[in-house]
Amino acid sequence: MTQANVAPALRIRGLSKTYKNGVEALKGIDLDVPEGEFFGLLGPNGAGKSTTIGVVTSLINRSGGAIEVFGVDTEQDLEGAKRLIGVVPQELNINQFEQPLQIVAQQAGYYGVPWREARERAGECLRWMGLWDKRGVMARSLSGGMKRRLMIARALVHGPRLLILDEPTAGVDIEIRRATWDLLQEINAAGTTIILTTHYLEEAEALCRRIAIIDGGCIVQDTDTRSLLAQLAIETFVLDPHEPLAAAPPIDGYEARLRDDGSFEVEVARSSSINELFSALDGAGIQVRSMRNKANRLEELFLRLVDNAGGDGVVS
Amino acid sequence: MQRVLRIWPQTLLPPVITTSLYFVIFGPVLGERIGEMEGFNYLQFVTPGLIMMAVLTNSYQNVVSSLFGAKFQSHIEEMLVSPMSAHAILLGFAIGGVFRGLVIGAIVAAVSVAFVDLPIAHPLWTILVGVATSIAFAFGGFINAMVARNFDDVSIVPTFVLTPLTMLGGVFYSVELLGEPWRTVSYCNPILYMVNAFRHSILGSSDLPISVAGGVLGLFIVGFYTVAIIMLRRGVGIRS
Repeated sequence: MTQANVAPALRIRGLSKTYKNGVEALKGIDLDVPEGEFFGLLGPNGAGKSTTIGVVTSLINRSGGAIEVFGVDTEQDLEGAKRLIGVVPQELNINQFEQPLQIVAQQAGYYGVPWREARERAGECLRWMGLWDKRGVMARSLSGGMKRRLMIARALVHGPRLLILDEPTAGVDIEIRRATWDLLQEINAAGTTIILTTHYLEEAEALCRRIAIIDGGCIVQDTDTRSLLAQLAIETFVLDPHEPLAAAPPIDGYEARLRDDGSFEVEVARSSSINELFSALDGAGIQVRSMRNKANRLEELFLRLVDNAGGDGVVS
Repeated sequence: MQRVLRIWPQTLLPPVITTSLYFVIFGPVLGERIGEMEGFNYLQFVTPGLIMMAVLTNSYQNVVSSLFGAKFQSHIEEMLVSPMSAHAILLGFAIGGVFRGLVIGAIVAAVSVAFVDLPIAHPLWTILVGVATSIAFAFGGFINAMVARNFDDVSIVPTFVLTPLTMLGGVFYSVELLGEPWRTVSYCNPILYMVNAFRHSILGSSDLPISVAGGVLGLFIVGFYTVAIIMLRRGVGIRS
């Protein structure tokens, strides 16, 4: 078995980046992304997500540390490592005055694919992304969602083993976002390792099997999504009573908070059963019409982790 | 190259019109009053310089606008994330510039035939000097675009450096006509060597030995290429 077969898709060790203005964007981060993974890199604005992606894809010069892509050291063989990576950046970076078929075929050419084969592959990628009908129009005339899909097609045309997407659904409507999710899951199922950065935490929860959270240039969490969510010791539920309440109801063993619309919130420890809450509600004579999580679970955990970076690992 | 042909009204047509106006002005209008220069009528004397001016300006402008446009729209990142070497990226842009410079040079030369009789004393040298000059200025345009941060930076060098050096580079007069210290100062102008090398190739006569002019041209090609490659590898203006 060769080294490339056992090596993770991405291995980062001690990666640091200090910009010329003195901002220390990355403070020696370590990260491993196993092959075949759907990996989420989350963090607030300015946390270092895009810098990490930029350094891995060589768009940003690193200050220190090491990066390996499927065992290929980017310091030793940058061109070899680049062949394994496809990138979809956060900002639109397509030539607005070229046609999608040209854009994607040229990208294949940059990876050494002969022109005839490049056009064939570009056609396949455009069909996959549902853009074949738009292959001959100017890229600037495409909708925002189509431009995003064009960038994904461009990133896939050379057959990368690792696809890196930096906020791929930023600013697109919910329909396009859901369609992009389906597409990314399809790409991952086809064997491509995916690293995704996103602001939409429900996106990370829905797609990623493993998540790292970066804050202030440091990785504060790096684990599988299920274990990460298990760290959330308390969940807050919103309950809608049959009749709007005027005051927070007394519930034995729980503290309820009234909301403006007459519903109320209850915090439930993950160690306890929801049935216990309903028993208490029955005891208090409160009939509940529906209930829901107050916030996306990952969002709640994320905010608590970022606020309490360096804590004991259990987030309440 | 496709871009040059696709937007031909912006790339190919304007220099043809401008140079045709030069031919009209320096031929029937002014040329006959100025008389001969270095044994040739004035229009014959200035034509090699006018062709060279079109070649170097367009080679330079094509690369500046292509590369800065790619930086401005960020699609330069397409190349930076790919395994293409710095040499391949530089040569790709330079070939576009050389293509535009030589096509326009050829068109201007074809237009000049309607106004003046050009002997073309050394055809091989004519091609060689034309290609070498366009290569040198394509590399120069690449460096300009690398350091440019905005559209003003793109036009500063052509406006305040390239045009004055071209105008003072012996296109319209023989450097022998200048008194000191201006003649010596003129020898510091690299474009003087390129214009004279091209004039020698076409007319068989120039102010400077062809070997010196060729040597200066070679130095500029090597110098600009080296600087451009170093800048590209360091990511000057394109990597944080």
